Amino acid sequence: MIPRPDPTLETLVLNMGPQHPSTHGVLRVVLKLDGEYVLEAHPVIGYGHRMHEKMGEVRNVSGFYANVGRMDYAGALSFGHGHVLAVERMLGIEVPPRAEYIRVITTELNRIASHLLWFGAFLLDLGAFTPILYSFDDREYILDLLEHVTGARLTFSYFRVGGVNRDLDERFIQGTRVFIRRMRSRFEVYHKLVTGNVIFRKRVEGVGVISPDMIRKYGATGPVARGSGIPYDIRRVEPYSVYSEFDFDIPTFPEGDCFARYRVRLAEMEQSLRIVEQALDRLPDGPVMVEKVPKKLKLGPGEVYQAVEAARGELGYYLVGDGTDVPYRLKIRPPSYSNLSLLNELAEGVLLADLVAIMGSLDLVIPEIDR
Amino acid sequence: MTDVFPPDLIRLIVSFVIVVAFAFTNAAVLVLVERKICGHIQRRPGPFEVGPHGLLQTAVDGVKLMAKQMLVPRNADAGLFRAAPILSFVPPIAALIVVPFARMLQVRDLDIGVLFILSLAAVNVLAILVAGWSSANKYSLFGAIRAVAQNVAYEIPLLLSLLTIVIWVGSFRMSDIVAAQGGFWFAFTPMGFVAFLVYFICGIAETNRAPFDLPEAESELTAGFHTEYAGMGFGLFFLGEYTNMLLVSAIATTLFLGGWNGPAFLTTAGTGFWATVIQTLWFLAKVYGLIVVMIWVRWTYPRVRFDQLLNFCWKILIPISMANLAVTAVWLKL
Repeated sequence: MIPRPDPTLETLVLNMGPQHPSTHGVLRVVLKLDGEYVLEAHPVIGYGHRMHEKMGEVRNVSGFYANVGRMDYAGALSFGHGHVLAVERMLGIEVPPRAEYIRVITTELNRIASHLLWFGAFLLDLGAFTPILYSFDDREYILDLLEHVTGARLTFSYFRVGGVNRDLDERFIQGTRVFIRRMRSRFEVYHKLVTGNVIFRKRVEGVGVISPDMIRKYGATGPVARGSGIPYDIRRVEPYSVYSEFDFDIPTFPEGDCFARYRVRLAEMEQSLRIVEQALDRLPDGPVMVEKVPKKLKLGPGEVYQAVEAARGELGYYLVGDGTDVPYRLKIRPPSYSNLSLLNELAEGVLLADLVAIMGSLDLVIPEIDR
Repeated sequence: MTDVFPPDLIRLIVSFVIVVAFAFTNAAVLVLVERKICGHIQRRPGPFEVGPHGLLQTAVDGVKLMAKQMLVPRNADAGLFRAAPILSFVPPIAALIVVPFARMLQVRDLDIGVLFILSLAAVNVLAILVAGWSSANKYSLFGAIRAVAQNVAYEIPLLLSLLTIVIWVGSFRMSDIVAAQGGFWFAFTPMGFVAFLVYFICGIAETNRAPFDLPEAESELTAGFHTEYAGMGFGLFFLGEYTNMLLVSAIATTLFLGGWNGPAFLTTAGTGFWATVIQTLWFLAKVYGLIVVMIWVRWTYPRVRFDQLLNFCWKILIPISMANLAVTAVWLKL
């Protein structure tokens, strides 16, 4: 139940959001406070609801494809990846290896960009203004690279059923190699500026501890689950695309606090760099599109569930076809929705400042929750 | 002529104008300096559009703030709401009258100089409380509550560290304290150094600047106590904050860094025009050096949490400053 203000009580009901600097979008959290201590936190969602799922049921696949990147603007390529994989699986389309490699390279770059955005925003929540400009500096390189190959900087519509829109060129490959070298040296800067900072450590260590049981109870995934010691990564437990060909680790930290989630994301960026590097080394030649994709993609009858590891966790597309080119049902399982549901239990008894840190560490992207 | 305008009255008006003009100029310069330094810390040029290298940015901002309407929220206590910004910027300006910029450049050399400054600086917390309370906004109220708890706590070690110097010199008079540091500055003695560090940390907390900017804590309380202020209401709070920074650094310079004395042979204790100029330059150099450090700290560190802030004060700063005071007292008796 959302608490209502009651003048007879000693508690205060504070409406945090939908416009608030640290809800990162149009999330509203109704707080019941005793002094600065949070007694209850009730997330109210739906301010950014845009009927993406319904639109998936009234349009054909390519008509809907532009929507998927708009759900999670920070990691749009993962959302596109899941969608095309689901459709390809239903139609039984074999994608050329070069196309899959390109998908992995661009998606991993996008994942790094998303984590960099999170890094800056999280520190902003903790009151440090400078790190966001450092991370945006690096993110800019990725966006320039992706813009060069996809034509967009944020809401990419690059993948196609059967391949990708355009082939990589030499400039992108060289630029990515330069970026990998640059980025590896940048992590030292981040660790010096932020990870070792005593105020930062005091703000995140032991704050918002999530037990593995809670992770299972709420179905939380992604860096949040891995920050509680659960090595659950779709790229490893249920390999899709060409991820099984690469050598990379799934970083996990058992502490379950905000600092563990912070370290997971930083380690993940390094692993993503490894994947990109390997993929560039082994990039096969050949076409980037299947020879013949039917003009009208007849879906089904049948159903598929395709999960991918988005920047924030498990992203699932459940696609039901009835034989026409418009899906009968398209259910999307966004990662942030489950991660947000942890908040109610986590927020009990913490300080207001900790609540901001916890919400930041969950890495919520609101349009993806509201859909 | 002298009957109509007593020299003291003329002196009063002239110094008042000079002090106010200095406070405003200081704020205008500091806003730009802070934005420029912050920009360069963050690998960007800072304001760059208005004037050469953005030098006129503050002037334009000032015009914008003055042109804006000051809105008063419907449920607000209008009288207090309007009074709070004035309350926040008048005391630090008034406190400037005992600051010795040079040997001959001091408006009033009061017997109780240090006490006078501290009592005026304490009014700042009242301004924040009034602003937060009268805004009729929960975030503002939180900012006000935080400010009161924070300022009350941090005033204790601040006073104790200043007291260390006062019992050393045996006078509250600013000029006596400066004169006592002709040879060596207090910050270079063991006790003086500890007191200086404690004072500087408390000074940052007293001016409500990051990492102790809890009363305005943007990511938690939107803008804290000045959430509801627009236009010049906000502008006056801003002015107050920068004048407070100046005041805190000026006290630190006077009590710990030798005031208008330069290092070793580059100093002069003269009373002539050029001696005064040199002394003023030394004084301002030290003051702005400290302010730059405050800016540097602000743009590097995250914000502390409220319980950590108070724990740090009660468990670390107050014991240290008390022990320091005791050691100094014993040492002076020996």
